Amino acid sequence: MKIVVCIKQVPDTTEVKLDPKTNTLIRDGVPSIINPDDKAGIEAALTLKEQLGGTVTVVCMGPPQADVALREALAMGCDDAILMSDRAFGGSDTYATAHVIAAGLKTLDYDLIITGRQAIDGDTAQVGPQIAEQLGIPQVSYAAEVKTTEDGAVVVKRQFEDRYQLLKVKTPCLVTALSELAQPRYMTVSGIVNAYNKEVKVLTFEDVKNNLNPDFIGLKGSPTNVKQSFTKQVKGAGTVINVSADEAVKTIMDKLIEKHII
Amino acid sequence: MVGFELTKTQQLCRELFHNFAENEIRPIARDMDENEEYPRELLDKLQKAHMFGIPYPQELGGAGADVLTYTLAMEELSKVDASTGITLSVHTSLCCPCIYENGTDEQKERFLRPLISGEKIGAFSLTEPNAGTDASGVQTTADKDGDYYILNGSKMFTTNAGIADTFVVFALTDKSKGPKGMSAFIVDRTMEGITVGTNIPRMGIRAASNCEVAFTNVKVPADRLLGKEGGGYKIAMTALGGGRIGIGAQAVGIAQGAINEAIKYVKERKQFGKNISKFQNTQFKLAEMQTKVDAARLMVWRAAVEKDKHGNYAPLAAMCKLFASETANEVTRGCVQLFGGYGYSREYPVERAMRDAKITEIYEGTSEAMKMIISGTMKL
Repeated sequence: MKIVVCIKQVPDTTEVKLDPKTNTLIRDGVPSIINPDDKAGIEAALTLKEQLGGTVTVVCMGPPQADVALREALAMGCDDAILMSDRAFGGSDTYATAHVIAAGLKTLDYDLIITGRQAIDGDTAQVGPQIAEQLGIPQVSYAAEVKTTEDGAVVVKRQFEDRYQLLKVKTPCLVTALSELAQPRYMTVSGIVNAYNKEVKVLTFEDVKNNLNPDFIGLKGSPTNVKQSFTKQVKGAGTVINVSADEAVKTIMDKLIEKHII
Repeated sequence: MVGFELTKTQQLCRELFHNFAENEIRPIARDMDENEEYPRELLDKLQKAHMFGIPYPQELGGAGADVLTYTLAMEELSKVDASTGITLSVHTSLCCPCIYENGTDEQKERFLRPLISGEKIGAFSLTEPNAGTDASGVQTTADKDGDYYILNGSKMFTTNAGIADTFVVFALTDKSKGPKGMSAFIVDRTMEGITVGTNIPRMGIRAASNCEVAFTNVKVPADRLLGKEGGGYKIAMTALGGGRIGIGAQAVGIAQGAINEAIKYVKERKQFGKNISKFQNTQFKLAEMQTKVDAARLMVWRAAVEKDKHGNYAPLAAMCKLFASETANEVTRGCVQLFGGYGYSREYPVERAMRDAKITEIYEGTSEAMKMIISGTMKL
């Protein structure tokens, strides 16, 4: 089975602090890690490879320093690594990111693409599904379990808060992984030594320009931009009223009108 | 020496060791110490990550890294648990090198490969009840009898004895020649006549296995002689010469781990209206300790680099062990002091670090023996 895993290098948000003045993440000096959901995806891919044979290729869009995330994936057991890196990709929002990654994936052969559900720094959960849309392949998100069938299809347990779905999907398809999907294995020392003896293939704008629309990449190609990140300020306890349902609705409606929200 | 920076490979290895220690060992380290037992599951996990053959070639099943990377493992693991450090160290830099440097190709394939892969655990049996620093006082005998050597005697303080499969044992094939009559043998734990005692109750590194081993008419096939008859003393001393680098790294880890705990504590502990981290006494003490640990670490790295270059590493190794072990003792004592009363409680990890640190001044060559080696190079 040919599996491609898409990963993102993110700041370790358990260590990160918020700048109190700007309410944005202070990224300086914070260690970088493979996004946890993506790392579970790597583990799931490696396990499938152990069961079925095949290859696992890991792809990352990022600045040059994302190389170390790819080396980590190689050291865990992935066969090949691709870094998509170019100034032209910088500043991309989720749409543009997915467009770029899809352009890179179009250069590859795959049966299954695994991405993480969401990144711990952006928290949008959009890129994985957008990649599937751009490639025109079926997708299942929030995967808690991934198995294969004898007829070459994939069965995914899609996890909701209170229930789950079992979905059978033809390949090629894309799955977004929850961190619960798999407990990532450690790198091995020999894996690390060998990872740095391998070549990480770098795909630049030039390498993929025929697979994308330049108007849809980078800062300029991003339909959205992040205006502000902030932590929600804890407000007071509020007022608690115990009334009947009809009265409660009226109270809420009156309040909304009073505050000119509606 | 060009720079002091680790290569990217070494840095990523260090991250692996750090994460492994934090996730797998930290949660159970205290229990391991209290129970005086090394968990089999942890050995398996270490093996899976290829940590038992770090500096050995991949052709032999090792990780293909270097001695410096091995010292990074020793430091990161020992920051959290010195018992894991010594378990790894005796295996990697005392037992394995004897076979790696002196074994025939057949011996390497048969005995070294399973050790390097971590499938088997190794031990090094030199010290006896009457032979410590004076290793030439070894009395265990190995009498040739046809295709066998018959081993009789007892060894003391053999680390890993309770968990090891393969022992390198030093015994006299010729009692009349003193140390020149000593030979080295590869012995299996399962051989008839070997009795491994229970874990010797110790001050520190209590989770590590350390036992008496008795040999009563143990028939060791002659093809398990390492090198030549009479070559055992040199094999032992050479192995110990390199093993010191690992102990230096262990001591650095013990000390740095204690400093890291102390820093966390002093930033939270309030006395006299403020965090004790704000008092100059606390700051100065930590500055002094960190400076010494930094120096010790660089000495370990220098010895490791020299060994990787196959240079004259033995005096550097002796110096790094001497300095690092004394530093670890001073620093851990100082960290317990910064913790105050809580530092004395077994519920906080610094008292264990202090108990663990002491042995680094003693085993694999006492501080006094190190001074003998170092002054021996100074043409005095």
